[in-house]
Amino acid sequence: MDLACQICEKAPATVHLTEISPDGERSEQHLCEQCAQMQDVTPHATAHVPLNQMLTALVGGSKITARQIADLACPQCKLTFVEFRNSGLLGCPNDYDAFEKALAPLIERAHEGSSHHIGKVPRRLGTPRAVENDLIRLRRELDRAVDDERYEHAAKLRDNIRTLETS
Amino acid sequence: MMIEKLSQKPGPWLQAAGPKSDIVISSRIRLARNVAGYPFLSKVTDEQRSQLAALIRSHVGSEAIGGRWSYLDLDDVGELDRQVLVERHLISRQLTEATGTRGVSIAADESASIMVNEENHLRIQVLRSGLQLDEIWEEINRIDDRIEDRLDYAFHPRYGYLTACPTNVGTGIRVSVMLHLPALKLTGEIEKVFRAAKDMHLAVRGLFGEGTEATGDFFQVSNQVTLGRTEEEIIDDFKNQVIPSIVNFEHRARQCLTKERVLALDDRIWRSYGVLKHARTISSEETMAHLSHLRMGINMGRMKEIDIATVNELFLIIQPAHIQKLNGSRLTGPQRSIARAELIRSRFGNK
Repeated sequence: MDLACQICEKAPATVHLTEISPDGERSEQHLCEQCAQMQDVTPHATAHVPLNQMLTALVGGSKITARQIADLACPQCKLTFVEFRNSGLLGCPNDYDAFEKALAPLIERAHEGSSHHIGKVPRRLGTPRAVENDLIRLRRELDRAVDDERYEHAAKLRDNIRTLETS
Repeated sequence: MMIEKLSQKPGPWLQAAGPKSDIVISSRIRLARNVAGYPFLSKVTDEQRSQLAALIRSHVGSEAIGGRWSYLDLDDVGELDRQVLVERHLISRQLTEATGTRGVSIAADESASIMVNEENHLRIQVLRSGLQLDEIWEEINRIDDRIEDRLDYAFHPRYGYLTACPTNVGTGIRVSVMLHLPALKLTGEIEKVFRAAKDMHLAVRGLFGEGTEATGDFFQVSNQVTLGRTEEEIIDDFKNQVIPSIVNFEHRARQCLTKERVLALDDRIWRSYGVLKHARTISSEETMAHLSHLRMGINMGRMKEIDIATVNELFLIIQPAHIQKLNGSRLTGPQRSIARAELIRSRFGNK
């Protein structure tokens, strides 16, 4: 079933866009590659764009704008986000909070979509932190067990999670 | 002094005698850590950098960690000696090329070192020959705990251990395994390994890691994802999946060569033997290529004229800084090639 492009109505539509508005309304667009590029919606459109636009594309979903990103600076070390983009190096531990909105998508992209540490925790921070990490890990394992229909294992994990939650 | 003694013979971990050592040269784990309350190194003042070095230095020695450790201030180490440390994988090229106060604490048996003021305030590493990731993790985790008892690391409730580059954040762990894959290189199947590694978010690099090309027959495979997985999960992937499958693949390629191209295989091994035994001048690159063939020949049981320990030692001491150290003087490139050929001939029992 070859759908024709909604704009030129000639070439077959190969780019299919589904947009969901904040109030949950769904709209679909079917375009041919050429018209899609004209509309700036294909991935090619972001391949060679200036830094500002790329940053906007990266943080697409959130409310932060390119202008705001360009103005981001850490109050402690004075590093600007643009300087970080050029060097790849942060200036101080506080940058992770100061740049949170702009940095989070980059971090997720570099780490296969992960956004939370679940590994080793310094002993001085005590058990609460370690327990929290165990919980994140166990819940993830539980999801996987359910997906794989390993219900006995899943039940054990659920019990472990309950014990940890109440401890 | 310490480096003079070091350059005389390979450290135990370089003797390449551990598990699966016919293919796995060595395993290494590094942890990136930063001290809380200080900027990262791109934003420190000279004074803060010196303070950091002094502070860290007092917590990365024998007293804190146990065992025997020596600390070297890199500014006090000459260029040639720094190169010796790089060739022995005790420090990174980045640390030698950096400026400002920086140093390294080295365990007496060379199985561990702690770089100070490299890209991060601390970079702890533990090395072993062959595939020994569990043992390495146990040791590096212990060293990390000991330091952590005395120093507060920069740690974030969501992002874990904070690093100067966000690509290392979380565990700060880099697991690397050095592999010898001559048969896959010969059969041209090495590209498949590269592609598979890329799909699994692993980096494949050359002998000296970051910034070095994967040329020759030696490849270093490392993880890139450091966040959202535990240290054990990352290590288990290497131990149970990544490395065994590459090792199997290399074994199959070796079997295939023995079955289908045995004459070409032996010709290659024995030509390399001939060149090394008789050359009058030879570059380190050419030497590495021939030694690689010998290593394969010995491990495949096709050559007994020279033992594996000699070959493994030569890999280390034919490198430019080691040749000069052994010779006791600075040498130009052409002079090194002559000294190198002489050294190899003497090890092959040929004057």
